[in-house]
Amino acid sequence: MMQIDCPHCGLRPENEFHFGGQSHIQRPPLDCSDETWGDYLFARDNPKGDHAERWRHTFGCARWFNMIRNTVTHEIKAIYAMTDSRPAVKS
Amino acid sequence: MAGYRLPSPAGDALDRSRTVAFTFNGRKLEGFAGDTLASALIASGERLISRSFKYHRPRGIVSCGVEEPTGLLDIGDGATRVPNTRATDIALAEGMVARSANAWPSVRFDLGAINSLFGSVMSAGFYYKTFMWPNWHLFEPTIRRMAGLGYAGDGADPDRYDEMSLHTDVLVVGAGAAGLEAAASAAEQGAKVLLLESERWIGGWVATVGSDQSIARLAERARAAGVEMRLGATVFGLYDHGLAVGVESGVAGVRERTLRIRAKRTILATGAFDRPMLFPGNDKPGVMLAHAAERYAAHYGVAVGRRILVATACDAGLDLAVRLRNHGLNVVAVLDRRQGDYVAEVRGRAGIKAVVVANELDPRERTINADTLLHTGGLTPNVSLHSQAGGGLSWNGMASMFVPSRVAQNVTPVGACAGVFHLERALEHASQVGKGRAAAAPVGGAGDVPASNAPPNNSPRRHRDKTFIDLQNDVCDSDIALAARENFRSVEHLKRYTTTGMASDQGKTSNVNALVTMGNLTNRTPGEVGTTKFRPPYKPVTLGAIVAGRSGARYRPLKRMPAHTFHEARGALFEEFGGWLRPAAYPRNGESLEAAAEREAAQTRSGVSLFEGSPLGKIEVYGPDAAAFLDLMYVGTMSTTAIGQARYGLLLNENGVIADDGIVARLGPDHFWVNTTSGGCERTTLAFEEWLQCEFVDMRVLVQPVVSQWGNVTIAGPNAWKLLQAAGFDELLSPVSMKHMTMREIDYAGTRMRVMRASFSGELGYEINLPSLCTQSLIERLWQIGNAFRLDIGMYGVEALMLMRLEKGFVHVGADTDGTTLPQDVGMARGLDKKTANFVGRRSTLRAAGHDSRRLQLVGLVPTDGRTRLPVGAHIAPHKPPAPIEGFVTSSGFSPTLRHPVGLAMLKQGSQRLGEKLRIYHLDTEIEAEVVKTPFFDPKGARLNG
Repeated sequence: MMQIDCPHCGLRPENEFHFGGQSHIQRPPLDCSDETWGDYLFARDNPKGDHAERWRHTFGCARWFNMIRNTVTHEIKAIYAMTDSRPAVKS
Repeated sequence: MAGYRLPSPAGDALDRSRTVAFTFNGRKLEGFAGDTLASALIASGERLISRSFKYHRPRGIVSCGVEEPTGLLDIGDGATRVPNTRATDIALAEGMVARSANAWPSVRFDLGAINSLFGSVMSAGFYYKTFMWPNWHLFEPTIRRMAGLGYAGDGADPDRYDEMSLHTDVLVVGAGAAGLEAAASAAEQGAKVLLLESERWIGGWVATVGSDQSIARLAERARAAGVEMRLGATVFGLYDHGLAVGVESGVAGVRERTLRIRAKRTILATGAFDRPMLFPGNDKPGVMLAHAAERYAAHYGVAVGRRILVATACDAGLDLAVRLRNHGLNVVAVLDRRQGDYVAEVRGRAGIKAVVVANELDPRERTINADTLLHTGGLTPNVSLHSQAGGGLSWNGMASMFVPSRVAQNVTPVGACAGVFHLERALEHASQVGKGRAAAAPVGGAGDVPASNAPPNNSPRRHRDKTFIDLQNDVCDSDIALAARENFRSVEHLKRYTTTGMASDQGKTSNVNALVTMGNLTNRTPGEVGTTKFRPPYKPVTLGAIVAGRSGARYRPLKRMPAHTFHEARGALFEEFGGWLRPAAYPRNGESLEAAAEREAAQTRSGVSLFEGSPLGKIEVYGPDAAAFLDLMYVGTMSTTAIGQARYGLLLNENGVIADDGIVARLGPDHFWVNTTSGGCERTTLAFEEWLQCEFVDMRVLVQPVVSQWGNVTIAGPNAWKLLQAAGFDELLSPVSMKHMTMREIDYAGTRMRVMRASFSGELGYEINLPSLCTQSLIERLWQIGNAFRLDIGMYGVEALMLMRLEKGFVHVGADTDGTTLPQDVGMARGLDKKTANFVGRRSTLRAAGHDSRRLQLVGLVPTDGRTRLPVGAHIAPHKPPAPIEGFVTSSGFSPTLRHPVGLAMLKQGSQRLGEKLRIYHLDTEIEAEVVKTPFFDPKGARLNG
């Protein structure tokens, strides 16, 4: 079980949080093709390595935030606000 | 009678002044305080302990620790019975009841042993190859009875369990010399150190060989430096970010305690296991791992046999033979595989009568009169936790062992676990690691050990008996050879095909031999064959310890409504609905639940009834952008709602699927009251927050769920207003001045209340929302007034509510809909078409597939005989199954108003099939029903105004 440094509450165990999937996905406009819409809904990256994803501190402040997690080691390399763009981290 | 107790002072873990009585297969036996079950059994002369998994061969105890593959017993009686318990890993307790596993009718006469006669056909992949035709399920019940390792308890576990969370700078696992040194060194630098030891004594191998003084000095150093030590505590899992989970026994008042430890760094000092020698009959009772015999002698004062033969392939085995003699054990001969000696045959069935030995250079066989055969073919660092943490292994060819190479996650092995077998070098390395310094492990000290410790291939007796690699899963060297012949190469495939290493011991003593054997057969080094990953738990853990008391009512505590005791007094039958304990109905005089619900529904339609709706989802939405936000969330435009007005809202997810529904009322320009379904409040709030925080981040909106703050009393029926009037409510609430789908804030009896005119029953209805603490007094007052004024008042529960909404044909999200249902499937296409603005889910509803006329659509059903109820879930098909399914019943009940059963169903092309007669199949019955228009009752909604 990971420990996640909530930007509002500090270091807490993973079971206080919920995983919200890949971050920085752009919603296509209403008039996009069905294929584009299907990709937006269901197609996700599955990297071996760093992954930018969003989490919610459900059993705490209930706030969403972004983080970069290494999918092999579970090392958390960055935690940043929902509105921030993906920061550069050492891979 | 092979094993016996050595005279005092042998056995430093024992308290010989206290005897402990126990039973084994019904026989009364005795041991001492400090014994394990295994040491007490061996001291009592017991050898035959269990029968093996597949061949039901007689088996005894082979080890003196957690690695035990065969000494598995059922412990306890009735509800406390725990199967598959290692006799070597459980402290003897007064009155303990132990039974052999996997033997019927008894361990001495086991019918299943007939399997061993068919050994030649029960090879690797036997099940996959044999029980395919016609169907595995034909064979499964018999095979399941034959297999398995004991029986679980037969009732709710009466024992108590505990859990504890600990935080520390440094966690050290294992209190042997290296572990003690690392712990002391870390603590002397000021670190907070926790040291766990699975045995009830410390010192590990060094204590066993008799250097008690050096252990005492180390322990004193650790104590002085403030190391917290816990004995009888086994770490069974290393997880992410330094989380270790262990189980502790011997705690007063509880059977087991789970430890969750968060450590900044972890040091593994988990020691090493013997690597077994391979020879025919190496599974017979009396064949044991060599170092186990020394542990039994040193700590438990037990001699494992009277005439002992030691077979080895390493210097450690030779040294050990000498030390065993010093303990007074009768070692009659030592075989060194490196000198060409090997075991050709083990004579005896349920024990050892003699051992036939030979030498590669000398063809003559000799028969040695021995009752016990101890063997060690090298050592295996205990790297389970290292591997769990993500660490890598490399093959050390000289010592023939896998040692940790790459470490992971701030988890560092020391001592024998790291492949360091020189005591002094191990202590120096452990000290450096304890101090937090990077130090390469000085691997070595175990001497030259040949990888292969089996008899030569030309041994004439080699195939007279089986040579076991994995004793617990009954995997033989011939099974590995078969896998090699069938071209299995990947170690992962080898493991699963032969099941080697897949028993509850996780192959602690068998994996290396399996890899060496596979390597020999395929001309690869064990390193090239590769290892599989160890996974938690390191040893079997009881479910009780993992659950740690969160069972029964504590598994998922149910919420109670504010007026719970009022419903109790009315004779409510409580059931769980969405995490709440709610009255399903209020049955009278032995009425069935259905009869009670029908009576309550009829009563509501004739007089007036009260219902507590406190679990109804209530969310307050505030802010200058609240209206625009709710427009995005719901099908249905909330921004054009006037203050005091309410609108139906349908909530979709991004896939266009119906997620929830409810009523949204406007209380002010920037203030909305959102009702969700009773079970849907939490997920709706979370969805609102996710959209606000992640997507519509510029909107100024505050979302506040208020379910527990506001209670809800619903008054429904033609006399509803009469009741409120009699209770002194303001005329503003009369059906004339307050319209359907409006909300008023009023003060009544000094309390602010929010009254909604809405109806899920189809009758004149008021939903009074008020502070939770006032809920019970209002419902009591209305009940008293309704009775005093003879207003024909009743109570109704969730079942009657569902019946009335069914009569009205209202969709029940989650019952009539599922994860594929779009708004147009339940007759709500108009809402979609009317709204021009964007909303969540809109794009998905526009897909062509969403408008396919063959989709399932919600319809009403009435059985043509007017009597037969339609079972929920029953299939609609053109003829008796097997047949293509055209739909299924989603809601059903007997309408007390119409006096016949009604139902709702999702039906292919349903909206175009009005009047069609369908066949509905449930188990072996066929019911005919007609597709009808909904609502079934009061289609014009005339009753809404009383």
